[in-house]
Amino acid sequence: MPTPAPYELKCRECQTAWGNQPISFCQKCFAPLEVAYDANVIRQKISRDEIAHRPTNLWRYKELLPLPEHFETSLPVGFTPLIKASGLGEQLHSKSLYIKNDAVCFPSLSFKDRVVAVALAQARNFGFEIVSCSSTGNLANAVAAQAARSGFKACVFIPADLEPAKVLGTQVYGAKIVRIAGNYDHVNRLCSQIADKHPWGFVNVNLRPYYAEGSKTVGYEIAEQLGWRLPDNVVVPMAGGSLITKIAKAFRELAELGLVEAKSVKFFGAQATGCSPISTAVKAGSNEIEPQKPNTIARSLAIGNPADGFYAAKTILGSGGWAEDSSDPEIVDAITLLAETEGIFTETAGGVTVGAARKLYAQGRIRPEETTVLCITGNGLKTTDALAGRFEVNEPIPPKLAAFEEYLERELVSAPAGGQTR
Amino acid sequence: MSVAVSIPTAFRRHTEGLGSFDCPATNLNELLDALESRFPELKPHLRDEQGKIRRFLNVYVNDEDIRFLGADYKFNPGDEVTLVPSIAGG
Repeated sequence: MPTPAPYELKCRECQTAWGNQPISFCQKCFAPLEVAYDANVIRQKISRDEIAHRPTNLWRYKELLPLPEHFETSLPVGFTPLIKASGLGEQLHSKSLYIKNDAVCFPSLSFKDRVVAVALAQARNFGFEIVSCSSTGNLANAVAAQAARSGFKACVFIPADLEPAKVLGTQVYGAKIVRIAGNYDHVNRLCSQIADKHPWGFVNVNLRPYYAEGSKTVGYEIAEQLGWRLPDNVVVPMAGGSLITKIAKAFRELAELGLVEAKSVKFFGAQATGCSPISTAVKAGSNEIEPQKPNTIARSLAIGNPADGFYAAKTILGSGGWAEDSSDPEIVDAITLLAETEGIFTETAGGVTVGAARKLYAQGRIRPEETTVLCITGNGLKTTDALAGRFEVNEPIPPKLAAFEEYLERELVSAPAGGQTR
Repeated sequence: MSVAVSIPTAFRRHTEGLGSFDCPATNLNELLDALESRFPELKPHLRDEQGKIRRFLNVYVNDEDIRFLGADYKFNPGDEVTLVPSIAGG
Protein backbone atom coordinates (compact mmCIF):
# COMPACT_ATOMS: atom_id res chain seq x y z
CA MET A 1 0.00 0.00 0.00
CA PRO A 2 1.34 3.43 -0.87
CA THR A 3 1.87 5.64 2.16
CA PRO A 4 -0.42 8.67 2.48
CA ALA A 5 1.28 11.66 0.93
CA PRO A 6 0.85 15.44 0.64
CA TYR A 7 0.47 15.07 -3.12
CA GLU A 8 -1.65 13.12 -5.56
CA LEU A 9 -2.31 12.59 -9.24
CA LYS A 10 -4.78 14.88 -10.93
CA CYS A 11 -6.03 14.97 -14.51
CA ARG A 12 -4.65 17.96 -16.39
CA GLU A 13 -7.88 18.39 -18.32
CA CYS A 14 -10.90 17.17 -16.30
CA GLN A 15 -9.23 17.67 -12.87
CA THR A 16 -10.32 14.24 -11.58
CA ALA A 17 -8.12 13.17 -8.65
CA TRP A 18 -6.63 9.67 -8.77
CA GLY A 19 -4.68 9.41 -5.51
CA ASN A 20 -1.26 7.82 -5.92
CA GLN A 21 -0.97 4.83 -8.22
CA PRO A 22 1.14 3.75 -11.19
CA ILE A 23 -0.94 5.24 -14.02
CA SER A 24 0.03 7.95 -16.47
CA PHE A 25 -3.26 9.11 -17.93
CA CYS A 26 -6.74 9.87 -16.68
CA GLN A 27 -8.79 6.68 -16.77
CA LYS A 28 -11.82 8.76 -17.69
CA CYS A 29 -10.58 11.08 -20.43
CA PHE A 30 -7.06 9.76 -21.32
CA ALA A 31 -5.45 13.17 -20.67
CA PRO A 32 -2.12 13.20 -18.80
CA LEU A 33 -1.98 13.09 -15.03
CA GLU A 34 0.01 15.66 -13.16
CA VAL A 35 1.22 15.58 -9.55
CA ALA A 36 -0.62 18.21 -7.48
CA TYR A 37 0.77 19.30 -4.11
CA ASP A 38 -0.59 20.85 -0.99
CA ALA A 39 1.21 24.21 -1.12
CA ASN A 40 0.44 24.94 2.54
CA VAL A 41 2.31 21.83 3.70
CA ILE A 42 5.31 22.73 1.54
CA ARG A 43 5.37 26.36 2.67
CA GLN A 44 5.83 25.34 6.30
CA LYS A 45 8.79 23.09 5.59
CA ILE A 46 10.88 24.95 3.07
CA SER A 47 12.78 28.24 2.90
CA ARG A 48 15.85 29.51 1.06
CA ASP A 49 17.83 29.18 4.27
CA GLU A 50 16.66 25.63 4.95
CA ILE A 51 17.55 24.58 1.39
CA ALA A 52 20.98 26.23 1.61
CA HIS A 53 21.90 23.96 4.54
CA ARG A 54 21.16 20.77 2.64
CA PRO A 55 23.54 18.64 0.51
CA THR A 56 24.08 19.89 -3.03
CA ASN A 57 21.92 17.43 -4.94
CA LEU A 58 18.34 17.41 -6.17
CA TRP A 59 17.01 15.96 -2.90
CA ARG A 60 17.45 19.42 -1.38
CA TYR A 61 14.07 20.18 -3.01
CA LYS A 62 12.45 17.02 -1.62
CA GLU A 63 9.25 18.74 -0.44
CA LEU A 64 8.63 19.78 -4.05
CA LEU A 65 8.97 16.23 -5.35
CA PRO A 66 6.51 13.32 -5.11
CA LEU A 67 8.58 11.13 -2.77
CA PRO A 68 7.30 8.42 -0.45
CA GLU A 69 7.35 9.25 3.25
CA HIS A 70 10.67 8.36 4.92
CA PHE A 71 12.32 8.05 1.54
CA GLU A 72 16.10 7.66 1.89
CA THR A 73 18.58 7.73 -0.95
CA SER A 74 22.33 7.46 -1.26
CA LEU A 75 22.40 8.79 -4.81
CA PRO A 76 23.53 12.43 -5.02
CA VAL A 77 21.81 13.16 -8.34
CA GLY A 78 21.64 16.63 -9.87
CA PHE A 79 22.83 20.05 -8.77
CA THR A 80 24.91 20.38 -11.90
CA PRO A 81 26.96 23.53 -12.60
CA LEU A 82 25.33 26.71 -13.89
CA ILE A 83 28.15 28.59 -15.54
CA LYS A 84 28.37 32.07 -16.99
CA ALA A 85 29.15 31.53 -20.66
CA SER A 86 31.09 34.64 -21.65
CA GLY A 87 32.94 33.05 -24.55
CA LEU A 88 29.84 31.61 -26.18
CA GLY A 89 28.01 34.81 -25.23
CA GLU A 90 30.50 36.83 -27.23
CA GLN A 91 29.91 34.62 -30.28
CA LEU A 92 26.12 34.90 -29.96
CA HIS A 93 26.24 38.62 -29.01
CA SER A 94 24.84 38.02 -25.53
CA LYS A 95 25.97 39.86 -22.42
CA SER A 96 24.31 37.55 -19.90
CA LEU A 97 24.37 33.95 -21.09
CA TYR A 98 24.47 30.89 -18.83
CA ILE A 99 24.84 27.17 -19.44
CA LYS A 100 23.03 24.71 -17.19
CA ASN A 101 25.37 21.79 -17.66
CA ASP A 102 23.60 18.46 -17.22
CA ALA A 103 26.27 16.86 -19.43
CA VAL A 104 27.89 16.11 -16.05
CA CYS A 105 24.80 14.98 -14.16
CA PHE A 106 25.41 12.09 -11.77
CA PRO A 107 25.46 9.14 -12.31
CA SER A 108 24.94 8.66 -16.06
CA LEU A 109 25.76 12.07 -17.57
CA SER A 110 22.39 13.36 -18.70
CA PHE A 111 19.37 15.16 -17.23
CA LYS A 112 17.52 11.84 -17.33
CA ASP A 113 19.22 10.95 -14.04
CA ARG A 114 16.86 13.43 -12.40
CA VAL A 115 13.62 11.89 -13.65
CA VAL A 116 14.77 8.36 -12.99
CA ALA A 117 15.77 9.20 -9.41
CA VAL A 118 12.18 10.25 -8.65
CA ALA A 119 10.58 7.44 -10.70
CA LEU A 120 12.56 4.72 -8.91
CA ALA A 121 11.58 6.11 -5.51
CA GLN A 122 7.96 5.48 -6.53
CA ALA A 123 8.78 2.16 -8.25
CA ARG A 124 9.96 0.87 -4.86
CA ASN A 125 6.92 2.37 -3.15
CA PHE A 126 4.55 0.58 -5.54
CA GLY A 127 6.44 -2.70 -5.14
CA PHE A 128 7.82 -3.13 -8.66
CA GLU A 129 10.80 -5.49 -8.99
CA ILE A 130 11.50 -4.88 -12.67
CA VAL A 131 11.93 -1.35 -13.97
CA SER A 132 11.81 -0.43 -17.62
CA CYS A 133 11.49 2.36 -20.17
CA SER A 134 11.30 3.22 -23.83
CA SER A 135 14.41 5.23 -24.54
CA THR A 136 16.37 7.13 -27.15
CA GLY A 137 19.50 6.29 -25.14
CA ASN A 138 20.06 8.59 -22.19
CA LEU A 139 17.05 7.35 -20.30
CA ALA A 140 18.15 3.73 -20.76
CA ASN A 141 21.56 4.67 -19.33
CA ALA A 142 19.97 6.37 -16.33
CA VAL A 143 17.51 3.55 -15.61
CA ALA A 144 20.24 0.90 -15.93
CA ALA A 145 22.69 2.75 -13.68
CA GLN A 146 20.25 3.64 -10.92
CA ALA A 147 18.52 0.23 -11.04
CA ALA A 148 21.91 -1.40 -10.46
CA ARG A 149 22.59 0.82 -7.46
CA SER A 150 19.07 0.48 -6.02
CA GLY A 151 18.66 -3.26 -6.52
CA PHE A 152 16.02 -3.39 -9.27
CA LYS A 153 16.13 -5.60 -12.32
CA ALA A 154 16.17 -3.42 -15.44
CA CYS A 155 14.91 -4.27 -18.91
CA VAL A 156 14.87 -1.36 -21.36
CA PHE A 157 13.65 -0.86 -24.92
CA ILE A 158 15.47 1.16 -27.59
CA PRO A 159 15.30 1.75 -31.35
CA ALA A 160 17.83 -0.54 -33.04
CA ASP A 161 19.88 2.28 -34.59
CA LEU A 162 21.09 4.00 -31.39
CA GLU A 163 24.66 5.19 -30.93
CA PRO A 164 26.95 2.33 -29.77
CA ALA A 165 28.05 4.29 -26.67
CA LYS A 166 24.46 4.52 -25.48
CA VAL A 167 23.91 0.80 -25.97
CA LEU A 168 27.15 -0.09 -24.17
CA GLY A 169 26.38 2.49 -21.49
CA THR A 170 23.23 0.52 -20.67
CA GLN A 171 24.60 -3.01 -20.91
CA VAL A 172 27.57 -2.30 -18.64
CA TYR A 173 25.23 -1.99 -15.64
CA GLY A 174 23.84 -5.47 -16.24
CA ALA A 175 20.54 -4.25 -17.68
CA LYS A 176 18.71 -6.25 -20.30
CA ILE A 177 18.39 -4.21 -23.47
CA VAL A 178 15.75 -5.01 -26.08
CA ARG A 179 16.48 -3.49 -29.50
CA ILE A 180 13.38 -2.83 -31.57
CA ALA A 181 13.42 -2.78 -35.36
CA GLY A 182 11.71 0.58 -35.68
CA ASN A 183 11.96 4.19 -34.56
CA TYR A 184 11.35 5.55 -31.06
CA ASP A 185 7.64 6.01 -31.68
CA HIS A 186 7.35 2.29 -32.47
CA VAL A 187 9.30 1.46 -29.30
CA ASN A 188 7.10 3.72 -27.26
CA ARG A 189 3.86 2.24 -28.56
CA LEU A 190 5.13 -1.26 -27.82
CA CYS A 191 6.05 -0.21 -24.26
CA SER A 192 2.53 1.16 -23.71
CA GLN A 193 1.17 -2.22 -24.74
CA ILE A 194 3.64 -4.12 -22.53
CA ALA A 195 2.90 -1.87 -19.55
CA ASP A 196 -0.80 -2.58 -20.12
CA LYS A 197 -0.10 -6.29 -19.68
CA HIS A 198 2.95 -6.86 -17.48
CA PRO A 199 3.40 -5.56 -13.91
CA TRP A 200 6.62 -3.67 -14.61
CA GLY A 201 7.54 -0.19 -13.51
CA PHE A 202 7.96 1.69 -16.77
CA VAL A 203 9.43 4.99 -15.66
CA ASN A 204 8.01 6.88 -18.64
CA VAL A 205 4.76 4.97 -19.02
CA ASN A 206 2.95 3.98 -15.82
CA LEU A 207 5.31 5.94 -13.51
CA ARG A 208 5.40 8.91 -15.87
CA PRO A 209 3.65 11.55 -13.73
CA TYR A 210 6.19 11.00 -10.93
CA TYR A 211 9.12 10.66 -13.30
CA ALA A 212 8.30 13.92 -15.07
CA GLU A 213 8.37 15.83 -11.78
CA GLY A 214 12.11 15.12 -11.54
CA SER A 215 12.61 17.53 -14.46
CA LYS A 216 11.45 20.40 -12.26
CA THR A 217 14.75 20.23 -10.39
CA VAL A 218 16.47 21.79 -13.43
CA GLY A 219 14.29 24.85 -12.86
CA TYR A 220 14.80 24.96 -9.07
CA GLU A 221 18.57 24.76 -9.52
CA ILE A 222 18.67 27.48 -12.18
CA ALA A 223 16.75 29.81 -9.87
CA GLU A 224 18.85 29.02 -6.80
CA GLN A 225 22.14 29.23 -8.71
CA LEU A 226 21.16 32.64 -10.11
CA GLY A 227 20.82 33.79 -6.50
CA TRP A 228 17.12 32.96 -6.12
CA ARG A 229 15.91 34.84 -9.13
CA LEU A 230 14.40 33.76 -12.41
CA PRO A 231 16.12 34.30 -15.76
CA ASP A 232 14.52 36.28 -18.58
CA ASN A 233 14.72 33.35 -21.00
CA VAL A 234 15.48 29.65 -21.08
CA VAL A 235 16.29 27.62 -24.16
CA VAL A 236 15.35 23.98 -23.79
CA PRO A 237 15.75 21.00 -26.12
CA MET A 238 12.49 19.20 -26.90
CA ALA A 239 11.92 15.52 -27.58
CA GLY A 240 8.69 14.45 -25.86
CA GLY A 241 8.27 18.07 -24.75
CA SER A 242 8.00 17.40 -21.03
CA LEU A 243 11.16 19.16 -19.77
CA ILE A 244 10.20 22.64 -20.96
CA THR A 245 6.76 22.38 -19.30
CA LYS A 246 8.32 21.18 -16.04
CA ILE A 247 10.86 24.01 -15.88
CA ALA A 248 7.90 26.36 -16.30
CA LYS A 249 6.08 24.53 -13.48
CA ALA A 250 9.18 24.79 -11.26
CA PHE A 251 9.43 28.55 -11.77
CA ARG A 252 5.71 28.96 -11.04
CA GLU A 253 5.98 26.94 -7.83
CA LEU A 254 8.99 28.89 -6.59
CA ALA A 255 7.14 32.15 -7.14
CA GLU A 256 3.99 30.83 -5.44
CA LEU A 257 6.05 29.76 -2.42
CA GLY A 258 7.71 33.16 -2.26
CA LEU A 259 11.19 31.71 -2.86
CA VAL A 260 11.70 33.93 -5.91
CA GLU A 261 10.05 37.09 -7.15
CA ALA A 262 7.37 36.28 -9.72
CA LYS A 263 8.44 37.12 -13.24
CA SER A 264 7.34 36.22 -16.74
CA VAL A 265 10.05 34.04 -18.21
CA LYS A 266 10.11 33.39 -21.94
CA PHE A 267 10.45 29.75 -22.92
CA PHE A 268 12.26 28.84 -26.12
CA GLY A 269 12.18 25.30 -27.51
CA ALA A 270 14.86 23.67 -29.65
CA GLN A 271 14.39 20.74 -32.00
CA ALA A 272 16.32 19.08 -34.79
CA THR A 273 15.17 20.12 -38.26
CA GLY A 274 14.79 16.42 -39.10
CA CYS A 275 12.38 15.93 -36.20
CA SER A 276 10.56 19.14 -35.43
CA PRO A 277 6.85 18.49 -34.77
CA ILE A 278 6.73 20.91 -31.84
CA SER A 279 8.78 23.76 -33.32
CA THR A 280 6.78 23.46 -36.55
CA ALA A 281 3.56 23.89 -34.56
CA VAL A 282 4.98 26.86 -32.63
CA LYS A 283 6.08 28.57 -35.85
CA ALA A 284 2.51 28.17 -37.12
CA GLY A 285 1.22 29.71 -33.88
CA SER A 286 -0.54 26.45 -33.00
CA ASN A 287 -0.66 23.86 -30.21
CA GLU A 288 -1.75 21.13 -32.60
CA ILE A 289 1.05 18.66 -33.26
CA GLU A 290 1.38 16.83 -36.57
CA PRO A 291 3.58 13.76 -36.07
CA GLN A 292 6.75 13.36 -38.16
CA LYS A 293 9.09 10.55 -39.16
CA PRO A 294 12.41 11.46 -37.54
CA ASN A 295 15.54 11.80 -39.65
CA THR A 296 18.30 13.48 -37.64
CA ILE A 297 21.65 12.78 -36.03
CA ALA A 298 20.13 14.09 -32.77
CA ARG A 299 18.76 10.66 -31.94
CA SER A 300 18.09 11.52 -28.32
CA LEU A 301 15.52 14.06 -29.55
CA ALA A 302 14.10 11.87 -32.33
CA ILE A 303 10.52 11.59 -31.14
CA GLY A 304 8.14 12.21 -34.01
CA ASN A 305 4.98 11.91 -31.94
CA PRO A 306 5.74 13.82 -28.72
CA ALA A 307 3.44 13.00 -25.79
CA ASP A 308 3.72 16.50 -24.30
CA GLY A 309 3.98 18.35 -27.60
CA PHE A 310 0.63 20.05 -27.11
CA TYR A 311 1.61 21.34 -23.66
CA ALA A 312 5.13 22.30 -24.75
CA ALA A 313 3.79 24.43 -27.61
CA LYS A 314 1.24 25.96 -25.26
CA THR A 315 3.94 26.81 -22.69
CA ILE A 316 6.14 28.44 -25.33
CA LEU A 317 3.40 30.44 -27.05
CA GLY A 318 1.85 31.47 -23.74
CA SER A 319 5.19 32.83 -22.51
CA GLY A 320 5.91 34.95 -25.58
CA GLY A 321 8.77 32.64 -26.51
CA TRP A 322 9.49 30.84 -29.75
CA ALA A 323 10.96 27.63 -31.14
CA GLU A 324 13.78 27.02 -33.57
CA ASP A 325 15.39 23.97 -35.14
CA SER A 326 18.93 22.97 -36.12
CA SER A 327 19.94 20.97 -39.18
CA ASP A 328 22.52 18.17 -38.90
CA PRO A 329 25.46 20.37 -40.05
CA GLU A 330 24.30 23.15 -37.70
CA ILE A 331 24.19 20.65 -34.82
CA VAL A 332 27.80 19.59 -35.43
CA ASP A 333 28.94 23.23 -35.76
CA ALA A 334 27.19 24.11 -32.52
CA ILE A 335 28.75 21.17 -30.65
CA THR A 336 32.22 22.40 -31.62
CA LEU A 337 31.31 26.03 -30.93
CA LEU A 338 30.29 25.18 -27.34
CA ALA A 339 33.39 23.02 -26.86
CA GLU A 340 35.76 25.67 -28.21
CA THR A 341 34.21 28.61 -26.34
CA GLU A 342 33.25 27.03 -23.01
CA GLY A 343 35.14 23.76 -22.75
CA ILE A 344 31.90 21.80 -22.59
CA PHE A 345 31.46 18.76 -24.82
CA THR A 346 27.77 18.13 -25.33
CA GLU A 347 25.94 15.48 -27.29
CA THR A 348 23.89 16.16 -30.40
CA ALA A 349 20.90 17.40 -28.35
CA GLY A 350 23.15 20.11 -26.90
CA GLY A 351 24.17 21.00 -30.44
CA VAL A 352 20.49 21.40 -31.27
CA THR A 353 20.05 23.77 -28.32
CA VAL A 354 23.10 25.91 -29.02
CA GLY A 355 22.28 25.98 -32.74
CA ALA A 356 18.72 27.09 -32.03
CA ALA A 357 19.92 29.72 -29.54
CA ARG A 358 22.26 31.12 -32.17
CA LYS A 359 19.27 31.64 -34.50
CA LEU A 360 17.10 33.13 -31.76
CA TYR A 361 19.77 35.76 -30.98
CA ALA A 362 20.28 36.49 -34.68
CA GLN A 363 16.51 36.96 -35.11
CA GLY A 364 16.41 39.36 -32.15
CA ARG A 365 13.92 37.14 -30.33
CA ILE A 366 16.42 36.91 -27.47
CA ARG A 367 18.05 40.24 -26.67
CA PRO A 368 21.72 40.60 -25.69
CA GLU A 369 21.12 42.19 -22.29
CA GLU A 370 18.59 39.59 -21.12
CA THR A 371 19.67 36.83 -18.75
CA THR A 372 19.34 33.64 -20.75
CA VAL A 373 19.99 30.04 -19.72
CA LEU A 374 20.72 27.29 -22.24
CA CYS A 375 19.88 23.81 -20.96
CA ILE A 376 22.56 21.36 -21.99
CA THR A 377 21.10 17.96 -21.24
CA GLY A 378 23.62 15.36 -22.38
CA ASN A 379 27.30 14.46 -22.78
CA GLY A 380 29.27 14.52 -26.03
CA LEU A 381 31.19 11.34 -25.24
CA LYS A 382 27.99 9.39 -25.88
CA THR A 383 27.56 10.64 -29.46
CA THR A 384 31.10 10.88 -30.81
CA ASP A 385 29.93 9.27 -34.07
CA ALA A 386 28.29 12.60 -34.96
CA LEU A 387 31.79 14.10 -35.20
CA ALA A 388 33.31 11.27 -37.24
CA GLY A 389 35.57 12.74 -39.93
CA ARG A 390 35.37 16.22 -38.45
CA PHE A 391 38.96 16.19 -37.15
CA GLU A 392 42.15 14.93 -38.71
CA VAL A 393 44.28 12.39 -36.91
CA ASN A 394 47.88 13.20 -37.82
CA GLU A 395 50.58 10.68 -38.60
CA PRO A 396 52.66 10.01 -35.45
CA ILE A 397 56.12 11.59 -35.32
CA PRO A 398 59.27 10.01 -33.86
CA PRO A 399 60.01 10.89 -30.17
CA LYS A 400 62.87 13.18 -31.20
CA LEU A 401 63.19 16.92 -30.65
CA ALA A 402 64.32 17.43 -34.24
CA ALA A 403 61.20 15.68 -35.49
CA PHE A 404 59.04 17.93 -33.33
CA GLU A 405 60.83 21.08 -34.58
CA GLU A 406 60.11 19.94 -38.07
CA TYR A 407 56.49 19.26 -37.13
CA LEU A 408 56.24 22.71 -35.55
CA GLU A 409 57.53 24.33 -38.68
CA ARG A 410 55.17 22.34 -40.86
CA GLU A 411 51.93 22.33 -38.83
CA LEU A 412 51.81 25.03 -36.22
CA VAL A 413 53.67 27.93 -37.76
CA SER A 414 52.14 27.68 -41.19
CA ALA A 415 48.58 26.96 -40.01
CA PRO A 416 47.01 28.57 -36.93
CA ALA A 417 45.60 26.24 -34.27
CA GLY A 418 41.91 25.39 -34.53
CA GLY A 419 39.37 27.43 -32.64
CA GLN A 420 40.73 30.86 -33.49
CA THR A 421 39.26 31.12 -36.91
CA ARG A 422 35.57 31.37 -36.18
CA MET B 1 -14.95 -6.87 -44.57
CA SER B 2 -13.92 -6.63 -40.95
CA VAL B 3 -10.71 -5.58 -39.18
CA ALA B 4 -9.45 -6.61 -35.75
CA VAL B 5 -9.44 -3.73 -33.23
CA SER B 6 -7.34 -4.03 -30.10
CA ILE B 7 -8.71 -2.12 -27.10
CA PRO B 8 -6.52 -0.86 -24.23
CA THR B 9 -7.32 -1.85 -20.64
CA ALA B 10 -8.49 1.65 -19.73
CA PHE B 11 -11.33 1.38 -22.29
CA ARG B 12 -12.44 -2.10 -21.34
CA ARG B 13 -14.80 -0.96 -18.64
CA HIS B 14 -16.84 0.47 -21.51
CA THR B 15 -16.56 -2.69 -23.64
CA GLU B 16 -17.80 -5.28 -21.13
CA GLY B 17 -14.16 -6.25 -20.60
CA LEU B 18 -13.59 -6.99 -24.28
CA GLY B 19 -9.93 -6.51 -25.31
CA SER B 20 -10.37 -7.14 -29.00
CA PHE B 21 -13.24 -6.70 -31.35
CA ASP B 22 -13.83 -7.66 -34.96
CA CYS B 23 -15.24 -4.59 -36.54
CA PRO B 24 -16.96 -4.36 -39.92
CA ALA B 25 -15.39 -1.26 -41.46
CA THR B 26 -13.55 -0.13 -44.58
CA ASN B 27 -12.08 3.05 -43.10
CA LEU B 28 -11.45 4.80 -39.80
CA ASN B 29 -14.76 6.68 -39.67
CA GLU B 30 -16.75 3.51 -40.22
CA LEU B 31 -14.67 1.77 -37.59
CA LEU B 32 -15.34 4.48 -35.02
CA ASP B 33 -19.06 4.51 -35.93
CA ALA B 34 -19.19 0.74 -35.42
CA LEU B 35 -17.36 0.92 -32.08
CA GLU B 36 -19.63 3.70 -30.87
CA SER B 37 -22.82 1.92 -31.80
CA ARG B 38 -21.67 -1.37 -30.24
CA PHE B 39 -20.29 0.35 -27.09
CA PRO B 40 -22.17 3.65 -26.59
CA GLU B 41 -20.24 4.46 -23.38
CA LEU B 42 -17.03 4.55 -25.39
CA LYS B 43 -18.34 7.33 -27.62
CA PRO B 44 -17.13 10.41 -25.72
CA HIS B 45 -13.63 8.91 -25.46
CA LEU B 46 -13.02 8.39 -29.15
CA ARG B 47 -13.89 11.64 -30.93
CA ASP B 48 -14.35 15.25 -29.93
CA GLU B 49 -17.36 17.45 -30.76
CA GLN B 50 -15.91 18.17 -34.22
CA GLY B 51 -15.60 14.45 -34.93
CA LYS B 52 -11.80 14.50 -34.66
CA ILE B 53 -9.94 11.68 -32.91
CA ARG B 54 -9.27 12.78 -29.34
CA ARG B 55 -5.88 14.38 -28.71
CA PHE B 56 -4.79 11.79 -26.17
CA LEU B 57 -5.66 8.73 -28.24
CA ASN B 58 -3.44 7.30 -30.97
CA VAL B 59 -4.75 4.96 -33.64
CA TYR B 60 -2.40 2.58 -35.40
CA VAL B 61 -3.02 0.42 -38.44
CA ASN B 62 -0.59 -2.46 -38.16
CA ASP B 63 2.65 -0.58 -37.23
CA GLU B 64 1.72 2.81 -38.65
CA ASP B 65 0.12 5.82 -37.00
CA ILE B 66 -3.06 6.38 -39.03
CA ARG B 67 -2.18 10.08 -39.38
CA PHE B 68 0.64 9.05 -41.73
CA LEU B 69 -1.77 6.99 -43.85
CA GLY B 70 -4.32 9.76 -44.27
CA ALA B 71 -7.90 10.12 -43.07
CA ASP B 72 -9.26 8.37 -46.16
CA TYR B 73 -7.08 5.29 -45.75
CA LYS B 74 -8.97 2.18 -46.91
CA PHE B 75 -8.46 -0.84 -44.69
CA ASN B 76 -7.11 -4.02 -46.22
CA PRO B 77 -8.24 -7.49 -45.24
CA GLY B 78 -6.24 -8.59 -42.21
CA ASP B 79 -5.36 -5.07 -41.02
CA GLU B 80 -4.96 -4.81 -37.27
CA VAL B 81 -6.11 -1.57 -35.69
CA THR B 82 -4.74 -0.69 -32.25
CA LEU B 83 -5.99 2.06 -29.96
CA VAL B 84 -3.23 3.32 -27.64
CA PRO B 85 -3.30 6.15 -25.08
CA SER B 86 -0.84 8.79 -26.31
CA ILE B 87 0.58 9.80 -22.95
CA ALA B 88 3.78 7.81 -22.73
CA GLY B 89 7.46 8.21 -23.39
CA GLY B 90 9.83 11.11 -23.78
